[in-house]
Amino acid sequence: MISLTSPLEIWAHRVPAGAKLLALSVLTVLLFRLDPAGLALAFLAVACLYLTGGLAFAGQGARHLRLLWPFLLLVALWHGVTGQFQAGAAIALRLLTMLALANFVTMTTRLTDMIVVLTWLLAPLRRLGLSTCAVELAIAMVLRFTPMLVENGQRLAMSWRARSRRRPNWRIVMPMAALALDDADHVAEALRARGGILPPAKGGIDGT
Amino acid sequence: MERDMTRIALFAALIAALGLIPSLTLAFGVPITAQSMGVMLAGAILGAKRGALAVLLFMALVALGLPLLAGGRGGLGAFVAPTSGFFLGWPVAAFVIGLIVERLRSGPLAVTVALASIIGGIVVMYAFGIVGMSIALKKTLAECAVLVTAFIPGDIIKAVLTGLITQALARSRPAALLSRQ
Repeated sequence: MISLTSPLEIWAHRVPAGAKLLALSVLTVLLFRLDPAGLALAFLAVACLYLTGGLAFAGQGARHLRLLWPFLLLVALWHGVTGQFQAGAAIALRLLTMLALANFVTMTTRLTDMIVVLTWLLAPLRRLGLSTCAVELAIAMVLRFTPMLVENGQRLAMSWRARSRRRPNWRIVMPMAALALDDADHVAEALRARGGILPPAKGGIDGT
Repeated sequence: MERDMTRIALFAALIAALGLIPSLTLAFGVPITAQSMGVMLAGAILGAKRGALAVLLFMALVALGLPLLAGGRGGLGAFVAPTSGFFLGWPVAAFVIGLIVERLRSGPLAVTVALASIIGGIVVMYAFGIVGMSIALKKTLAECAVLVTAFIPGDIIKAVLTGLITQALARSRPAALLSRQ
């Protein structure tokens, strides 16, 4: 499956993922403390951050912000009518800066690096005696099975079209869910046949 | 243990798949994305705890940078957009739906699930969504509530469909309905 990591590699790809995520969390909280002038500066700073990756990279980043336009339009209309232009500009700038920052981290961090951070974040659970390999296996399973379930859906839609002149509708969701549950049972049996998902207990014989 | 884990993983994959297939069209031509129906189904079929875990697993994959949300969106941006409140409310919605289906055992299954989906998938989820919007857009809760009312009819339809789908699934795979076991 294709992740949202940008194929254009820039310097930020080499920064450790944990550092980027920490910086993102701190900066996102700080954005709520800034006045309109500060927000304008922050927005410019983020724009420059994108431009350090080149114009093509910045263009990619800008395209990811398109989903904000209904909200920007709404803010513009609202504050245009009420006349609170400065407050409106602050809201719009914060929306753009916050989303752009988060997207920057996603665009410059590979899936494998993100999974390393997730594993590190789950470490306290391991110390409590909980197994986190189930989480890691589950992530791999979702990656593997999503394209398969999409294919199931497409096949069901195709066979629906072969039988009916009407468009396939919500009725294909039921067989999709049923097939997913069948697959889950098959995979569970296969996992159990291979020794299960839990690591063998220390000193235990059957590993359960 | 294995079975619970694979069902949680497969349901997370189902939520993703429902966002990737083209939006379904209802009888009267209104296109809806089926993804939030996946959240309702996770709660209704897997039950409160497993349903919420399936949704959390799906959200973790979105956070890792996979474009699994309807329309090919994803990444950390999904957590800071004006509509992120709805997204953050998903696991709670699935939990509440599962809890109601587990506890309320009288009456036809389709009606119970539809009712649970309206409470969890609309009341609970919109509460999160409205608070999120009010933080992002600096508007009062009432003003944000007005903005999202347009989406309620579509979600009521999804809740009813969730009831019908769960009932059909309970008939074809009686053992699969973990929320009633």
